[in-house]
Amino acid sequence: MTNPNGIVTQGQFSFLPALTDAQITAQIKYALGKGWALSVEYTDDPHPRNTYWEMFGAPMFDLKDPAGILMEINNCRKTFPHHYIRVMAFSSVRGVESPTMSYIVNRPKHEPGFGLVRQETDGRNIRYTIHAYATDKPEGERY
Amino acid sequence: MATKSDKIDMQALLEASHINEVLDKLDQDLVGLVPVKQRMREIAAYLLITKARLQLGIEAAKPSLHMCFTGNPGTGKTTVALKMADILHRLGYIRQNHVVSVTRDDLVGQYIGHTAPKTKEVIKKAMGGVLFIDEAYYLYKPENERDYGQESIEILLQTMENHRDDLVVILAGYQDRMGTFFKSNPGMSSRIAHHIDFPDYDENELLEIANMMSADMHYNLDSGAEKAMQDYILKRKQQPHFANARSIRNALDRARLRQANRLFNDAIKHKKDTTAADLSLITAADIRASRVFSGGLDGESDVKKT
Repeated sequence: MTNPNGIVTQGQFSFLPALTDAQITAQIKYALGKGWALSVEYTDDPHPRNTYWEMFGAPMFDLKDPAGILMEINNCRKTFPHHYIRVMAFSSVRGVESPTMSYIVNRPKHEPGFGLVRQETDGRNIRYTIHAYATDKPEGERY
Repeated sequence: MATKSDKIDMQALLEASHINEVLDKLDQDLVGLVPVKQRMREIAAYLLITKARLQLGIEAAKPSLHMCFTGNPGTGKTTVALKMADILHRLGYIRQNHVVSVTRDDLVGQYIGHTAPKTKEVIKKAMGGVLFIDEAYYLYKPENERDYGQESIEILLQTMENHRDDLVVILAGYQDRMGTFFKSNPGMSSRIAHHIDFPDYDENELLEIANMMSADMHYNLDSGAEKAMQDYILKRKQQPHFANARSIRNALDRARLRQANRLFNDAIKHKKDTTAADLSLITAADIRASRVFSGGLDGESDVKKT
């Protein structure tokens, strides 16, 4: 197994132990110092190609202090305790205009992981894809 | 047998915060307002001592810092709020030296479900610094029980309690209306630690302010203009919507317009060359042309907007 922790690894810091609030605050501070706008997103579909997560509230422009964003993260954790929650930083610099940071700050207690699905196609060719066990259940009941 | 942990170098603490400089600057920059300055000194001293107590572990929790500034328009509430933020920042009670100034419009929404996100957004922006709510009594409109202001007040109260380390809220407004506001929102009143009342300026202070303002804008009042200003202040004070220092600023702004017009006309008539001194001199005529002297009301811009 390439993922010894058995957890979804997406974005930054995902091979490290979960960030503490103090560490998250420090990361937010860094992003704010760069002038990036932060937002909080959540999902319960852990597929790596699921890039568009639901946004929790509006993106937060013009904030000066990490406390406001941490407050929003905690609100999101309270609302979706068993979802994946990530913090995104967006740079509006002309020519960049894209996310610059993204890291998971909340994950389900138990992550069943992915199964390998083999599809037989023409000429006995095999197509491989991965399938999250969690997504067998409907949205909102997965974890 | 004092151990290291039960002594603290107050001198070093004082010097590190540069608090005296801020207070001295406050004394210089602000005319009058003696009781306000006195209270600011007291609060600064209290915060410094509390900081020392915190460091020695005598005090466990940070004190509540929410404040209420009451006074008539133009008495310097916003200016003092900025200074207060500076003091709090230097003493380490807030992390960012910034003041987010809002009024009812920024906090209260227009339909159901609009208020909470709006208020929270403002709070998030102010986090780490000072949230200055001007004319805070407008948040509460008792005559309309379905007014969304109440919702905003509740969110503010919750934040003032739960995020005491992150946010300092300063409410400002007329004294009597703030009194009514607190009476109907006892929760708000009990969370405000410091009430500061801003007195009106007297005539001499207003004249001093006029001189300071014109100096700041690099204008001079000649002796005639100063006398005219004195008369203007006496007359203007009797009129409605008198807004202390703000009225003086507006009067000066209009005097500058008239001065520019006078110089412009002089130049057209080729009367004489204009010198640098002419460009920065405001004469009695510039001020006496005001409608206040002919019995009228001066300038629509004075008509109420704190």
